[in-house]
Amino acid sequence: MARWKKLLRLLTIASVLVSVLLLLAYGLGTDPRAIPSPLIGREAPLFTLSLFDGGTLRLADMRGQVVVLNFWASWCYPACWNEAPRLQAAWDQYRDQGVMIVGLNYQDREADARAFIERFGKTFPNGPDTGTRIAIDYGVYGVPETFFIDPQGRIAHKHIGEISTAVLHEWITRLLVQRQGEPGS
Amino acid sequence: MAALGSAELGYMAVVWATVMAGYSALATVIGARWRQPRLLASGYHSAVALAGMVTLAVIAMEVALLTHDFRLEYVARNGSRATPVFYTAITLWGALEGSILFWAWLLALFTAAVVLTYQRRQMALLPYVVPVLATVSLFFLGLMLGPANPFRTVFPVPADGPGPNPLLQNHPFMAIHPPFLYLGFVGLTVPFAFAIAALVTGRLGEAWIVTTRRWTLLAWSFLTWGVIMGGWWSYEVLGWGGYWAWDPVENASFMPWLPTTAFLHSVMVQERRQMLKVWNLSLIILAFSLTLFGTFLTRSGVVSSVHAFSQSVIGPVFLGFLAVVLLGSAGLLVWRGEQLKSAGQVDAVVSRESAFLLNNLLFLGFTFTVFLGTVFPLLAEAVRGVKVSVGAPFFDQVTVPIILALLLLMGIGPFIAWQRASWPSLRRHLHWPLGAGVLTAAVLFLLGIRSLAVLASFALAAFVIAGTMLDYWRGLRIKRQHQRRGLVVALRALLRQNRRRYGGLLVHIGVVVVAIGVTASSAFQQDTQAFVRRGDTLSVGDYTLRFEALTEERQPHRNVVRSRFTLLRQGRERATLHPALNFYASRARVPQEPIGSPAVHSTPLRDLYLVLAAFQDDGAAVTVRVLLRPLVMWIWIGGGVMVAGAMVAMWPGWQRWRARPGRKMTPAGAIS
Repeated sequence: MARWKKLLRLLTIASVLVSVLLLLAYGLGTDPRAIPSPLIGREAPLFTLSLFDGGTLRLADMRGQVVVLNFWASWCYPACWNEAPRLQAAWDQYRDQGVMIVGLNYQDREADARAFIERFGKTFPNGPDTGTRIAIDYGVYGVPETFFIDPQGRIAHKHIGEISTAVLHEWITRLLVQRQGEPGS
Repeated sequence: MAALGSAELGYMAVVWATVMAGYSALATVIGARWRQPRLLASGYHSAVALAGMVTLAVIAMEVALLTHDFRLEYVARNGSRATPVFYTAITLWGALEGSILFWAWLLALFTAAVVLTYQRRQMALLPYVVPVLATVSLFFLGLMLGPANPFRTVFPVPADGPGPNPLLQNHPFMAIHPPFLYLGFVGLTVPFAFAIAALVTGRLGEAWIVTTRRWTLLAWSFLTWGVIMGGWWSYEVLGWGGYWAWDPVENASFMPWLPTTAFLHSVMVQERRQMLKVWNLSLIILAFSLTLFGTFLTRSGVVSSVHAFSQSVIGPVFLGFLAVVLLGSAGLLVWRGEQLKSAGQVDAVVSRESAFLLNNLLFLGFTFTVFLGTVFPLLAEAVRGVKVSVGAPFFDQVTVPIILALLLLMGIGPFIAWQRASWPSLRRHLHWPLGAGVLTAAVLFLLGIRSLAVLASFALAAFVIAGTMLDYWRGLRIKRQHQRRGLVVALRALLRQNRRRYGGLLVHIGVVVVAIGVTASSAFQQDTQAFVRRGDTLSVGDYTLRFEALTEERQPHRNVVRSRFTLLRQGRERATLHPALNFYASRARVPQEPIGSPAVHSTPLRDLYLVLAAFQDDGAAVTVRVLLRPLVMWIWIGGGVMVAGAMVAMWPGWQRWRARPGRKMTPAGAIS
């Protein structure tokens, strides 16, 4: 067989193989667990939360505020442990500006959860998501996940994984601007 | 601890093994090309020494695991003082780095076995087989020297570790499924090495196939049992009552099996007619490449799966090696293209040759379908940016027709003559089996079964079994006429005369038994969920379950909440079942969700599968799921029959003497 024919045959086979390999290489850069949420832009599912230090919280009562919902667990190490101080710092900074941060404890034991709250000095409201119902409503895949809800009660953003101070500031300020832009606020 | 601990010894052993592998690869090739027998021999010896070195590394790791040497990062992350000894020992393959060490060890052992078996036979191919094996070893050893080092130390040394993933210490099958699977994967490296050696040297006759046939069968047996065990383990542990979910990693383990099975059939055509050479080389290269692909998939974080090891840096490295193997092999095939032309050709549309060709196409189609379904999410994301998942419905829809076609071929194939089918002969062989198939379908239809796939599956099963049994019967009858001795003796004589045919037919029966089990357990399953108070009963089918008690047991590595149920049938107590929920201490990133241990009551006719879903803290009531799965046991038994058939086909007998390497194969040789 002529050499060029052999080369052509090799190139054909090689191009098929290389496209498969390139596809796999692309896959190395993606995160199969990062599933986009269909809830973005939709009404945030309402819930009533019994808090660890007594009292209840209703999402419906927080309309008009920027709400940050953080799903966490004491066993979720290191992500939840790393982000807890950042959430607390954000709470200290923004609590007087119409921002509400709520922690939802996901599939945990009460004693461990309380120890976690005490360890990180969390002063924003935290409650157990009994029966995992709230997490199911929000399509939570794992912890930690943080949802940003705008003053109109719609989910603006879902952050999967450990949240950074930068992302917290970015979304809180973005939604605060929205709040100020609303007439009659 | 002394200055020379497990970490140092283990790492040194890996380093020395790498040196041995490199030396072996070079010395054998150079020794053969430049006719230096002593150099060649030293190359062989170092291949054997390689096995010794990796064994030392494995021993070092096991010692470290069993003595809880938390100075090793691998032990610190996967070991625990509370874990039972049995599970500590098998943590060797429980996480990434250890599994690479395990793979490298098995590969080194296979390499040494190949060298020791063929060293004295003046085989022309061996000096080129060993470098291929050594190079693959170099890849895995290289991983251990760098990114996947199992002997990396950690400082400060923790006092205790979190133990292995709870799912991996829940059931003793963890000791069987991975080793058998790895033996299968690694075993495929041997025929691959011979294929590459044949391509490189241009010795493209039948010698490489004949030599490796037993190795391939052995690897195939291990792989078959490994895949079946994976299903069985999943069934016993995961609590969903199923054994196969078309999970990406399950698919990755199954894919190499398909071209290997095709290869085992297709080589018969090359032996007899010197045809399908490109097919055979391609099939074994594909099989080996798929083992690399499977390993890549499990360790790269490319797809999410129940099985996936933690994401690591070795993904790109694996991909690179896979690229080298695929492109290099393709290059070799194209280069030798001329010499791979068939000596004969397919003479008739219906002939044994064309049946095997169809067989190859069906298996290739099967492989392609599973591959497509597995990587489709990746393709969708790359092309359209959307996240999709491909699940059981796709796979079931596409693979069931292929499997039914393969069943049909299994029933007809053994009776089609070479070169040209003889219709009278076919009619003679098949009219009873055909009757059996039609009768089965009719009876089932009358019993109310309307699903086409189910009817076809059972009808084809009857068809194949009838045909195979008749073939055995005819052979036995002739033997008994000649020898006038008992049935058992006649059977042994029959098997000795033609192990390949009768062993192969036994494998077919095993496949059919598996098919029956799969069909029945999927088509006739029943699921119930109920809330039961203590002392109350619940009925499922003709079984009754009575909830007796709930106990909690504290073990060093977990808390077990165990329920006790009495199983009754027709008023009589049959068994006591203990479905449980295991709570393991929380591990980094693994939720403290309890891992269930379902209780399975297996009988040849059906399995009763009991899952403890939830419980009241006072133990007064529980929620359970009861699953009835008919004929599940047939799947495991069928797998055993498949392996038994392969053993029969593999067994060395006087045939081995006739087929020893170097001897020219004649068409009248040991072929059915």
